[in-house]
Amino acid sequence: MTTSETMAEPMGLKDIAAELGHVPSTVYGWGLSTHSESVVVRPTSVAELSRLFQKAREKRITIGMRGSGCSYGDASQNGGGILLDFSEFANIRSFDADNGIIVVEPGVTLEMVWRRVIAAGWWPPVVSGTMYPSLGGLLAANIHGKNNWRAGTIGEHVESFRFLDMNGEELHCSRHENSELFHAAIGSFGMLGCFTEITLKLKKVHSGYLDVERISVPSLPHMIAYLEENKDAYDYLVGWIDCFPAGKHLGRGLIHVANHLPQGADEDPGSGLSPAAQDLPAYLFGVLPKSWMWWFLKPFVNDTGMRLVNAVKYLTGTLGQTRGTPHREGHAAFAFLLDYVPDWKKSYGTGGLIQYQTFIPKANASAVHCHLLGMCHRAGLIPYLGVYKRHRPDPFLLTHAVDGFSFAMDFRVTEENRERLWELTHRMDEEVVEAGGRLYFAKDATTLSTTVRRIWPKETLDKFFELKRKHDPEALLQTNLARRVFPDITS
Amino acid sequence: MPFSCQKAIVVGASSGMGAAFARELAARGATVALVARRKDELDKVRAAIDTAWGEGRARAYVHDVTSYEDTASLFAAIVSDLDGLDLICYAAGTMADIGPDEFDSAKDKPVVEVNLLGAIAWLNPAAKLFQDQRRGTIVGIGSIAGDRGRRAYPSYHAAKAGLATFLESLRNRLSQHGVNVTTIKPGFIDTAMTRGMSGLFWLRTADEAARMIWKAVSKRRSTSYVPARWRIVSWVIRAIPSVIFRRLSI
Repeated sequence: MTTSETMAEPMGLKDIAAELGHVPSTVYGWGLSTHSESVVVRPTSVAELSRLFQKAREKRITIGMRGSGCSYGDASQNGGGILLDFSEFANIRSFDADNGIIVVEPGVTLEMVWRRVIAAGWWPPVVSGTMYPSLGGLLAANIHGKNNWRAGTIGEHVESFRFLDMNGEELHCSRHENSELFHAAIGSFGMLGCFTEITLKLKKVHSGYLDVERISVPSLPHMIAYLEENKDAYDYLVGWIDCFPAGKHLGRGLIHVANHLPQGADEDPGSGLSPAAQDLPAYLFGVLPKSWMWWFLKPFVNDTGMRLVNAVKYLTGTLGQTRGTPHREGHAAFAFLLDYVPDWKKSYGTGGLIQYQTFIPKANASAVHCHLLGMCHRAGLIPYLGVYKRHRPDPFLLTHAVDGFSFAMDFRVTEENRERLWELTHRMDEEVVEAGGRLYFAKDATTLSTTVRRIWPKETLDKFFELKRKHDPEALLQTNLARRVFPDITS
Repeated sequence: MPFSCQKAIVVGASSGMGAAFARELAARGATVALVARRKDELDKVRAAIDTAWGEGRARAYVHDVTSYEDTASLFAAIVSDLDGLDLICYAAGTMADIGPDEFDSAKDKPVVEVNLLGAIAWLNPAAKLFQDQRRGTIVGIGSIAGDRGRRAYPSYHAAKAGLATFLESLRNRLSQHGVNVTTIKPGFIDTAMTRGMSGLFWLRTADEAARMIWKAVSKRRSTSYVPARWRIVSWVIRAIPSVIFRRLSI
């Protein structure tokens, strides 16, 4: 007799809500292209989490986890079950300003971290394009930043964490203690348990500013050549791609590179090392409240409008490129570009958007990524935004990173194109598999389980499934993403 | 017949316009032999081209252009490795930091050696090969600085003037054999050589310059200013009578 046979039948959403004293609510992925109904619970302590886990096991209720809900797709949704929202489990427990060690609860956001540490001359070692994700979410996705080649993923800067599994056991994990779980839980998108406390090593900074340069490149291969040639010369490298032109200008774009200032280079470091100095402007162009900006963008978020917006951005960026003559830019201004226009996803309309990000080994990246962009053109589904980065491998079990390049493409989703778009991504998945590439669950909304099984080596998946059975014997930790890509272990 | 280039040598390919033109050639479909003195920098350029345009599209050869005795044998080896040659570009260059009242032969010597004698050593065997095969393109990266002997860098002006004249002679010899020789005269280009200089204007990136060089070469131009507006500046400067020019602080 198996464990599941001894348990009750799965509960319906209304029953779960009644059991927990909550009402079901609709939860969206960040890109607004996916949503589902869950009972959202906001725990505030490990004890409360333990009780919820215990109840879930007794009642056979699935549990998903959600930090700030910044995953583009369905990684932080659990339709038909409990969704743990960590936004109230968000205290900074300690900060060692001398050694740059911060201990946080999983709901603490990147914004809370940098605001707390910058005055002491520290900065989060790896950040996403927005400051609002939670640390728990960042670890679950093992995010990378614009400095992936130089600094690796966020997981590489985690000293240790405490981890509650579905057995109710809270484990201390580091590279030396429960090392296997340490390397598997980071990047496991909430499938093995829950981070309850995270100890992160910060990056020392000697100024609130970076030396930034902007470079224009006429094609994607030129971008790759620049990133490859200069990858060791800069702390941060990121490329923006105008995905509309074809032919010899396919993949043209702008590269932003930046370096931290060495000690002494900033004559008045105190002026920039404060939260106020780092705040993003509240108004764009001096007059337009940035919270309105998405509404003004809305008329342009179509093929014609975005072709124009991209062309103008490319041409103005080309005229204003600053290669060799860096200018100073604040850490937050450089890092959190997505926050300049709050809620910009709303400008995509009711269908929202998906981001499709592929990671290809460097030997094939140029050919494959040019081919993928060509497939988009032939399908008449052109990304409205493209972002290109250089990556390096990392030691985590379900890592998305390769020694190569990633290309993130934002697609508008409409009722008319949804089916064609999903079909296009599946065809692009085939190219990624053939090239030995990887996909990234933090962005994913479309990947099929058959693809996932071909992307990650069998021994890697077997190891992950083994850990899943050990730490979540009834396979109750689930998300919509997990049910889509790992149906075997969530059914 | 439309211009095409499948096999090329770029001398001075580890940075600046040489590296940028090597990338441009690779982008246009060529396999490029990269020649330069600094191995680490050269390897970075090679790796970048291979990554962007395919494995084997660039080959690196470490060489000091003042090692004249090695040039002919290395040139032959590269041509053998590439199995032929369509284009050679001499982009190696250096500039000495000479003060306005300084006259220092020791500083001037490498300027002439790298900018002029190295070019002669590399372009002579290429000229012979192209003459024999009755096709080929020679590109020399000169400078607008070679159009007039200004106060600033006497040996640099002289070396670039010498290079332009040498290229003109090659052109006059080789055009009857179907060989094209293009002299490039850049204005201010953002390279290691110009970083830190004051008073620069119309500054272009090396990649922008490389695209203009490709355009000039593919149109089989004899002399091309980069960007083109420098031709007017050059014309004006050359038109100034010497008696006035010597009084100008340019």
